[in-house]
Amino acid sequence: MNDASARTSRFSKSGKMNWPRFQKLALDLLWYVVVILLALAVMVPFIWMIVTSLKGQTEVFAYPPTWIPQQPQWENYLDVWQEAPFGRYFLNSTIVAVSVTIGQLTACVLAAFAFARMNFKGKNTMFLLFLSTTMISSQVTLVPSYLIMRSLNWIDHYQALIVPFLANAFGVFMIRQSFRTVPRELEEAAILDGCGRFRFLVQILLPLCKPILASQALFAFMGNWNSYLWPLIVTNRDDMRTLQIGLRYFVSGEGGTQWGLYMAAAVLISVPVILIYFLVQKTFVESMASTGLKDI
Amino acid sequence: MSTKTKIQGRLPAGQKRRWWRRWGEETFAAYLFLLPSLVIFIAFTFFPAVYSVVISLFRWNMPMQPVFLGFDFENYVYLFTDAIEGPIFWKSFLNTFYFALGVPINLFVSLLIALLLNRRMRGVGIFRTTFFLPAITSMTAVSVVWLWLFHPAQYGLFNSLLIELGLPIQRWLRDPLLAMPCLIGMGVWYGMGYNIIIFLAGLQSIPRTYYEAAKIDGANQLSLFRHVTWPLLGPTLFYVLSVGMINSLKAFTEIDVMTQGGPLGSTTTLAYYLYQNAFQFFQMGKASAIAVMLFIMLLLLTWIQFRFIDRKVHYE
Repeated sequence: MNDASARTSRFSKSGKMNWPRFQKLALDLLWYVVVILLALAVMVPFIWMIVTSLKGQTEVFAYPPTWIPQQPQWENYLDVWQEAPFGRYFLNSTIVAVSVTIGQLTACVLAAFAFARMNFKGKNTMFLLFLSTTMISSQVTLVPSYLIMRSLNWIDHYQALIVPFLANAFGVFMIRQSFRTVPRELEEAAILDGCGRFRFLVQILLPLCKPILASQALFAFMGNWNSYLWPLIVTNRDDMRTLQIGLRYFVSGEGGTQWGLYMAAAVLISVPVILIYFLVQKTFVESMASTGLKDI
Repeated sequence: MSTKTKIQGRLPAGQKRRWWRRWGEETFAAYLFLLPSLVIFIAFTFFPAVYSVVISLFRWNMPMQPVFLGFDFENYVYLFTDAIEGPIFWKSFLNTFYFALGVPINLFVSLLIALLLNRRMRGVGIFRTTFFLPAITSMTAVSVVWLWLFHPAQYGLFNSLLIELGLPIQRWLRDPLLAMPCLIGMGVWYGMGYNIIIFLAGLQSIPRTYYEAAKIDGANQLSLFRHVTWPLLGPTLFYVLSVGMINSLKAFTEIDVMTQGGPLGSTTTLAYYLYQNAFQFFQMGKASAIAVMLFIMLLLLTWIQFRFIDRKVHYE
């Protein structure tokens, strides 16, 4: 497609023909029309979410539905915090997602360093063992993991939401790949200068591998912030719920008709992750395209 | 191990003993580095995986004590053949595959859009971001929004559209026939962005020279796609397909938020059936039997996925 258009423009530059140039223009225009229509269609749920979040109870159930709220109810966004303890949910989600991100990254970096930079007995076996964990999905271990949490008395505690996610084989694998690109000579020089193994990791290797660390941190944070099934089963008390679970119970609560408020809550939950995404968009998309990983 | 021989080969013969001593220290240090991850994996992955198989051999109705059923795989046989439970299980089994139909649909739509976006045009980045936006939004929030879009009365957005078109309104998620297609439709919308990114990366890795060569040989747009793009995109395609299938088999959030497996069990997939058995009926043994079956299915898919990761690497 690209080449075709490049060729036609070359034709028009010679000034011999005007038809290919017109054709290219028409094609470009058609392309924009199609893509904009598609993009709008994809955006409809988001637009409708925001529009509804600004509607009062009567306007929500008005027929025909309005695309521009008659009297924007900004207070919906304030009311949400009172209707359910969303402040608390927000705190819980933040504590859990930040702890998991920091802890998981630390554990991954350490393991990745061993695999990338050290020779030890049983290295291959260990690596296979790590890789094999990616085959065991969370659904399969759901029941036993829940039973373990129960017998540890971790239900309704932060530990239950954090500790099981501190190890991640995909993370180890990706960081290991990045560590291996740093030349051996650098390590040898550092060791000659009296630099220890751990210091080499912290002071030299980590700064060199910032991009992969950033994207791994992002995967960990987003995956955890958005996780649903596990927090659903290991939290019972309302004040231990994360945002996702809080939203679920808020929507399925009695009545179940306050769509203006529900949409405001949905907006509030989506905003932090979308903000982070826009801040680090480039790293994120690139690393996803190269690794092909979405969930952790 | 190749690294070992390489390093030993580099050392003079006299230093061999000293190297061995150092090797012992290095091994010790390495395991120290692995320890945090290893402990977590053993406690929360390997042990539960084995435990799951063990529990699946017990009858364990939660407040009561577990009863060992022997090695007759009674829970499995029960799920497959029981007069009451059997049909429910088989239905959820079929529903799992019905739901997975969304994956090829998603693939088709994403590929079309990726081909459309694989063009150097002003503002193409904005469109890519737009299509990707659903994929980063939390599934819970998205499900709540679609619950509202699919509202069964006339003020639901889709119903108001139907009225506009002069068609009868639908009950969408409350209609046993429509509920699953609704979930699939939402899944396509949600998963599209991710696939588009992968496809775009795949499309851009195809060398431009191939197209030029084919064009010199007189290939038109259609045959370019048929003979250059399609075969070279093959590994990406299979990779996306297997990842999609795995995610589809594991799908839970949208089902729980939007339909709770209903109406009349029409959206109960295996993953949801497992959850119901474990955390609503408290039948841990039966739930574990379902988990083991799900595990086998996922294992098969993961194995396929890894095979195609290899092939993808070979192409590059």
